[in-house]
Amino acid sequence: MPMSIKREGFAAILHDRLIPIGTVLLAIFALWYVFTVVLNAPFERDQAERAGVEISTSELISKTMAQKRPILPAPHQVAVEIWETTVEKKITSKRSLIYHTWVTLSSTLLGFALGTGLGILLAVGIVHSKVLDKSLMPWIITSQTIPILAIAPMVIVVLNAIGISGLLPKAIISMYLSFFPVAVGMVKGLRSPEVMHLDLMRTYNANRSQVFWKLRWPASVPFLFTSMKVAVAISLVGAIVGELPTGASAGLGARLLSGSYYGQTIQIWSALIAAAVLAALLVMVIDLIGRSVTRRMGVVA
Amino acid sequence: MAENTVIQCNNLDLTFETNDGPVHALKGIDLTIDQGEFVSFIGPSGCGKTTLLRVIADLEKPTGGDIQVNGMSPEEARMKRAYGYVFQAAALYPWRTIGGNISLPLEVMGIPKSEREALIKKNLELVNLDGFEKKFPWQLSGGMQQRASIARSLSFDPDMLLMDEPFGALDEIVRDYLNEQLLELWAKTKKTVVFVTHSIPEAVFLSTKIVVMSPRPGRIHEIIDCDLGDNRTLDIRETPRFIEIAHQVREGLKLGHADEH
Repeated sequence: MPMSIKREGFAAILHDRLIPIGTVLLAIFALWYVFTVVLNAPFERDQAERAGVEISTSELISKTMAQKRPILPAPHQVAVEIWETTVEKKITSKRSLIYHTWVTLSSTLLGFALGTGLGILLAVGIVHSKVLDKSLMPWIITSQTIPILAIAPMVIVVLNAIGISGLLPKAIISMYLSFFPVAVGMVKGLRSPEVMHLDLMRTYNANRSQVFWKLRWPASVPFLFTSMKVAVAISLVGAIVGELPTGASAGLGARLLSGSYYGQTIQIWSALIAAAVLAALLVMVIDLIGRSVTRRMGVVA
Repeated sequence: MAENTVIQCNNLDLTFETNDGPVHALKGIDLTIDQGEFVSFIGPSGCGKTTLLRVIADLEKPTGGDIQVNGMSPEEARMKRAYGYVFQAAALYPWRTIGGNISLPLEVMGIPKSEREALIKKNLELVNLDGFEKKFPWQLSGGMQQRASIARSLSFDPDMLLMDEPFGALDEIVRDYLNEQLLELWAKTKKTVVFVTHSIPEAVFLSTKIVVMSPRPGRIHEIIDCDLGDNRTLDIRETPRFIEIAHQVREGLKLGHADEH
């Protein structure tokens, strides 16, 4: 029988986290480099043929990783681009990735806050009213079957027509996506109390608002944080999508768009990486807040 | 209705409509419970003992007959917070500390914070849980959790305690201990207790009156006076009178079961 060893401190983190995550990461990078060579090689062969020169394999490989507009940039090219546009650029510069990330983050956060609020309100209505339960739920589900790419331009155009532009239209698109997991999760959460817990409130002759604040709301908190983790990630997607149809001049979406106009694949990939890192950070922050709240509510982590 | 009568049922009926047709949960229940009595409902599962308790608590509505609690309808009595209810499980809110759980009914009833603190302390002492106020439910054993739930039901000082198999999920030793504590508590507080159980020794040990029920339809088979006097200790279970009453209850349960065949 294999012995299980109890590790502590750094050894535990190394063994449980760093080694497995690192292994996967290395595998991804290796695969990425392979694809970089394979996808960019035809261009280099073509160039060599036109110039009428023989090209050695090692030359070919090194050239595929140094193209200006590669089909797939190599990881280190993206890393250099990210370094240059974050550390080496002023934050106020239009070329700073941090500046663009901040623009997208601000509408993400506003949209996420609006979406979470709307989701909670809808859930409260649905749980407390049979009519709302029957009438709202189908619409909530329908809303998510329409592709956001189809709705985003309309939202921008309509809001522009009534004089609203800038942060809010993007935030509304992000709200449109993020209210859904919160609404669904909170309906489940607010209905999660056991019959016995509800009966108990009845024996105290508690009114609806007391049942809500002392039972349904605290019981739903774990559900709230789980759905907020999903919501914050798709809020970011919503904000980026909201930047596309406007031809916005700033934001990660704008970076993606201008990158694709000019074939700047390195720029596209660095914006994608920035978006992924941002999403991961946002989910982590929500997770940490959720953990500390539930710990204060007596839940064993 | 006599002056010291707390609960009076006349020809009480309750039929549940289910997908498999109507279920006759209670039929023709006639029962009187007086102030300060300790009454046990005993019977096999499906005999309606829990349902009857829930009707008294206004957690179920009867479909026929008449019931009065403190001379009013169960609903009015519930609104006047006439009783504390103890469930089969402790049903403590996991996000509240033990103190917070005992404070719950007091908060719902709008009792100011300063008074709440004194009441929490007093009721924790009553169930021998002093010092556990800041602990969360999961940090306590099953028996301790159930004691905390009894403290919660007593915290607003209702005249009546309704208990639905409160010790059913606990082991024999803890159960004996809690039975003794409950009797002490009853002697101290002089509350009327209605107690649902399926354990014969528990019913005989605790009660002044035992209501033997039988199933399908749920009805009262026999009401047995349990005249073992005050200040009972666990030793009483060895006495001839205890064994005699226990025998009578067992016979009643057997006959009640036999009726349906």
